[in-house]
Amino acid sequence: MSTDSDRLERQRNRNGWLLSTPALVLLAFGATGPLLIMFVYSFLEPGKYGNVIWEFSTKAWFNVFVQRDIFDGTLSPADAHLTILWRSVKLSLMTTIFTFIVGFPTAWFIATRPPRMRTLLLFLITIPFWTNLLIRTFAINQIIRNEGLLNTLLLKLGIINEPLLIIYSDFAVFIGMTYVYLPLMVLPLFASIDRFDMRLVEAGYDLYASRWQVLKRVIVPIVKPGIISGSILVFIPSLGAYVTPRILGGGRNMMIGNFIELQFGQGRNWPLGAALSVILLLIVAVALVVYVRFANRGDSNV
Amino acid sequence: MFNRSFSISRLPGFTTIAILVFVMLYLPIAMLVVFSFNSGTSVAIWEGFTLEWYPRAWANEQVKDATIRSLIIASTASVIATIVATMAALATTRRKQTRGQTFVYILINQPLMVPEIVTAVALLIFFASIKVATGYQGLGYLITAHAAFCIPFAYLPIRARLEGMDLTLETAAADLYATPWQTFRYVTLPLVMPGAIAGLMLAFVTSLDDVVITLFVKSAGQDTLPTYMLAQIRRAVTTEVNAISTLLLGLTVIMLTAFFLLTRKRN
Repeated sequence: MSTDSDRLERQRNRNGWLLSTPALVLLAFGATGPLLIMFVYSFLEPGKYGNVIWEFSTKAWFNVFVQRDIFDGTLSPADAHLTILWRSVKLSLMTTIFTFIVGFPTAWFIATRPPRMRTLLLFLITIPFWTNLLIRTFAINQIIRNEGLLNTLLLKLGIINEPLLIIYSDFAVFIGMTYVYLPLMVLPLFASIDRFDMRLVEAGYDLYASRWQVLKRVIVPIVKPGIISGSILVFIPSLGAYVTPRILGGGRNMMIGNFIELQFGQGRNWPLGAALSVILLLIVAVALVVYVRFANRGDSNV
Repeated sequence: MFNRSFSISRLPGFTTIAILVFVMLYLPIAMLVVFSFNSGTSVAIWEGFTLEWYPRAWANEQVKDATIRSLIIASTASVIATIVATMAALATTRRKQTRGQTFVYILINQPLMVPEIVTAVALLIFFASIKVATGYQGLGYLITAHAAFCIPFAYLPIRARLEGMDLTLETAAADLYATPWQTFRYVTLPLVMPGAIAGLMLAFVTSLDDVVITLFVKSAGQDTLPTYMLAQIRRAVTTEVNAISTLLLGLTVIMLTAFFLLTRKRN
């Protein structure tokens, strides 16, 4: 009997591989395989009109961090690249922190409503999440542009005399990313708060804990997995953001995503673009590893 | 002290912040929709109601072209993604986790983890050499790319559906001398169907919304609706884009509502 079911099990596993094949082939051609080719390209010479020359070179990787002076050949840090990298990380961290600050109360509010209301509010958070990112960024653009709604309103009310120059700045990108990625913070936070047993708060109060102490000692440790997933879910797309900085950011205040694009357009330096993409991928990988570590640790505590 | 239980769910300021968040989340989108009906070209000053921007957008050959292209890509890619994702979901659920399966699972979800811009660049590099080698410039590249990144969106609801499935039903069918095909056709497939339809809709919406990957993969003259809109946004007058956005928004909301109703029935 047991050998029979073993045989069945084995057959199933074999079928399993066969059934997965089409998906895996498609992914190999349309996602994973090209990533490996991109890695190879980062070690080639740039072609004159884009594309590459098939000669091994570590110049692209070198150029990411260091630049050679065109006159005297001295080496100095590649300020432009480092500034862009730093701006991307800074804006992404700011976005993550701010979405948490406003996302946590929102998730808490939703989780403490009666079931019917909760479903509705959750649905209301989910709609923007699935709504075209381009459209949502465009909506923010229309609010904050110089002749947009915000400026028109403030001018009419006489609060300001000249339009606020918000759009095409780092701040505009920050507003846009916060708006666009907020649902990604609220949803996992809600999921962890929802599982949270409210009696624990009551117990905390009964033991004479202050509100702040309850928040810090009882609530935050328990909803930590949600905080971590939310932060990762916001941080990763923020770091790789392309559409939002393109629509709301200034031409010079690029984020890494836009700078990568530039290398494949006017920059005509595909290897450099490939190397920068690999770096972006590495940062994301590190973030994911940290996430898995933390998430597992949280599990073993519970 | 007696209102202690009251304070459990109402930490100070939380409600205010939450309400503000909901207002701020919807206000910009609402304004975008409202001003698509504005008879002037301003996005801030209301000059009267009109529907003229909708026919005007549709009369634009580029918009019409891009719409049709978007729909062709989204429907083809989402159908392909759903079929292969259903097969993969059948293969990776309902049995003991092996190392091979974890590997498949990671590969399938890979498009969710890699930043879109990185995938876009990698595809640009890969497809550029294929374009040179074969001379083919058609929609095949966009459909391949879209189908690939749609796989996880189709896969997840199907997997969720299969995990809640009673395995003994298939055994019962086999005991009643059903062939493996009959078991699949009359037992497994009907049970998977709601998940597959939900997956199909998510994949369709995801494909329809994509900007970044499309922008890098498309050949000249292959604009989809989102890439066309992206090119228009920096212009001074964008009312036409408002109208297109409103229609796309409507479509998304309809699909999502259907998705929610479909997945809720299960519970």
